[in-house]
Amino acid sequence: MNDSAVAEHTEHENRPELRHHFADVEQQRNAASLGMWWFLGTEIMFFGGMFCGYLIYRRVYFPEFAVASRSLSLWIGTFNTTVLICSSLTVVMAVRAAQLGKRMLQVKMLLLTLLFGLAFLGIKGYEWREKYVEHHIPTFADYNVIRGEGSLIKGDNAKFLGLDKLQGDPVKLREREAEIQQRTKIFYSLYFALTGMHALHMVVGVGIFTVITIMAWRGKFTPEYHTPLEIAGLYWHFVDIVWIYLFPLLYLIDRRPGA
Amino acid sequence: MATTAVTVERKNYINAEYGIRSWLFTTDHKRIALLYLVSITAMFFVGGFFALLIRLELLTPAGDLLLADTYNKMFSMHGQVMVFFFLVPSIPATLGNFLIPMMIGAKDLAFPRINLLSWYIYIAAALLYLFCIITGGVDTGWTFYTPYSSLFSNTHVVEAGLAIFIAGFSSILTGLNFVVTIHRMRAPGMTWSRLPLFVWAHYATSIIMLLGTPVIAITLVLVVLERTLNLGIFDPSRGGDPVLFQHLFWFYSHPAVYIMILPSMGIISEIVTCYSRKRAFGYTAIAISSIAIAVIGFLVWAHHMFVAGISLYSALVFSFLSYLVAVPSAIKVFNWTATMYKGSVSFSTPMLYAMGFIGLFTIGGLTGLFLACLGIDVHVHDTYFVIAHFHYVMVGGAVLGYLGGIHFWWPKITGRLYPEGWGRTAAIIVFIGFNLTFFPQFILGYLGMPRRYWDYSHMPEWQALNVLSTAGASILAVGYLLPMVYLFWSLRYGKLAGDNPWSATGLEWQTASPPPTFNFDETPIVTCEAYEYDKMPLPEEVNLER
Repeated sequence: MNDSAVAEHTEHENRPELRHHFADVEQQRNAASLGMWWFLGTEIMFFGGMFCGYLIYRRVYFPEFAVASRSLSLWIGTFNTTVLICSSLTVVMAVRAAQLGKRMLQVKMLLLTLLFGLAFLGIKGYEWREKYVEHHIPTFADYNVIRGEGSLIKGDNAKFLGLDKLQGDPVKLREREAEIQQRTKIFYSLYFALTGMHALHMVVGVGIFTVITIMAWRGKFTPEYHTPLEIAGLYWHFVDIVWIYLFPLLYLIDRRPGA
Repeated sequence: MATTAVTVERKNYINAEYGIRSWLFTTDHKRIALLYLVSITAMFFVGGFFALLIRLELLTPAGDLLLADTYNKMFSMHGQVMVFFFLVPSIPATLGNFLIPMMIGAKDLAFPRINLLSWYIYIAAALLYLFCIITGGVDTGWTFYTPYSSLFSNTHVVEAGLAIFIAGFSSILTGLNFVVTIHRMRAPGMTWSRLPLFVWAHYATSIIMLLGTPVIAITLVLVVLERTLNLGIFDPSRGGDPVLFQHLFWFYSHPAVYIMILPSMGIISEIVTCYSRKRAFGYTAIAISSIAIAVIGFLVWAHHMFVAGISLYSALVFSFLSYLVAVPSAIKVFNWTATMYKGSVSFSTPMLYAMGFIGLFTIGGLTGLFLACLGIDVHVHDTYFVIAHFHYVMVGGAVLGYLGGIHFWWPKITGRLYPEGWGRTAAIIVFIGFNLTFFPQFILGYLGMPRRYWDYSHMPEWQALNVLSTAGASILAVGYLLPMVYLFWSLRYGKLAGDNPWSATGLEWQTASPPPTFNFDETPIVTCEAYEYDKMPLPEEVNLER
């Protein structure tokens, strides 16, 4: 054996977390982190397809999309965004706690992360339920944005959608209403696909962080080795960032066109 | 390793452990490569069976062998099985998996368990797809075009879509493993400019796998949602846009063509240098052109949609970019031929496949330029000209490279030599059968025969060319079955290969055949460039043309 082989052997003896096919811990850590970054790259492309579709339709069916967008609760959305940003903060603090070798602080921060994550999902579930009550779920037969409690053509909206000019012409009015019904359906389809896919990623994240919390509780992470926590954190931040883009696209932009 | 007897008894990756569990729970990249090899070969014959039925139906102008609906399912499932379950995983998951760690001097891929997971995901997807076939199949064409797939087809679109969605993750994980391995696991001295061109090609392939596959995944999810929940995102009668589906579909599916051809190009670079006994002419140009193909390949997708109603200006841009992607491909072809020029070329089996590749890929590539040209594309769009073009690239290119690679590294994988005479015979049969099958299709397409037709009794004069094509397909089938027979035969009766039967450069040839579980007894240290054949004269006793 040459010198480097001896060094490699010693490193493997001293560091049980080092897997057989890596030369040293540094290489293993770099590989794991690069792997996660590339995986997040694939995730950007995964969400990218839907974002792209949303932006294109939003441009083509602008008034309908703006009106449907207004039906989402700005307050709940903002509050949920805050919850999610807080969860990212606690992830960072958990990583810092691991670097400092503070086990209990790690566990507390991770539990807080889980709590924020679950709170986000709960609030999101509440928002979806609202849409159900308002008959805004596209696949259901009672979908209706024209009449009933989920009507989107009241007040300012009617003018914005050009309905006020059609009041004297019942045939054209009905045609336009049918059109609004269909086009907002595309908005809600994409809204549920995007937020649903994001929520699915949150559920996976909660699963991952449950495992990470147990590992932290058992004291697996030391200042020298906490790669699983770090790369799980990367994933969590990514899922947050997806929301950071979803929030303005779905809730904020052109919420009050002409205002 | 002084005597043969010692070589035989050495522990290697095959005899290290026995029993079915040692294979199903292995994390050894070489064993996983063999698991993949068996699975994709099975899928290849499933897809081949559908092709056989297509060719038999077209033997006569009347639609007499299959029902029209059955015929639709045959070409759809032929395409989907061959593309998603054979061609995309073919070279990367088998030869790439086996060779990349060895070529860069690593003990394994960076994430061995993820590598095994990717095989299980592939198997789950393949089983779901087979279930879809058995319960009645799918008839959307391999492209799943909406609104046919989302509204009108009453076949198993959801199962097929989900199977391909799942298969995508197997390909993403393979690509992820390769990129990280190539970045992080290279042996000391293995710089980027010393990497074998096979590895460069796989690096480019992996980038496409990583950035393209997620897009088809989400597209198929949307089709499945559209179909099951009746949404209307791609349904024009409800304000949806079917052309958006085509954009999303081809955003992956055009780069996917380069997933299929780039690894094959990597193999050709290895074979051509070895059997010409020369350094790779234009090493850097070949390496960078792989990356260039991957990058430009992402910008040409809409050339599939010239007649789908996209604007003339975007069509012009996509036409121009499609011409542009031919440049790096041409760079490769010129460099391979320049490598052969004045080399001491031996016409062994892998070299025959490589030369077949260069010729057929050139035809496939040049006819691609016809199709990139807006005017000609309108004339031959959706005709057999297109079919012939992409089969020249995918079969004449990708499959010939794959077969060449399997032969070239067979001694390394199994420790045995295949019979050279049979090898050359099969290579020549494949070449003849292939050309006889697909060249007539260029003419048929130019004469106007549309793809996906099951009955051409209104144009009986097309029959002669169709008969030629079907005859060629049966010759091609013999060419595919022959290697199955003699490669199996060689596992038991083939001569022992020794570590480096072709006197090839490359780290994989410096270790035993078959290699030990961790590839090298000691991590190699690299001190020279990849193809120093000029400093490595062929030993007297080695006759590459045996």
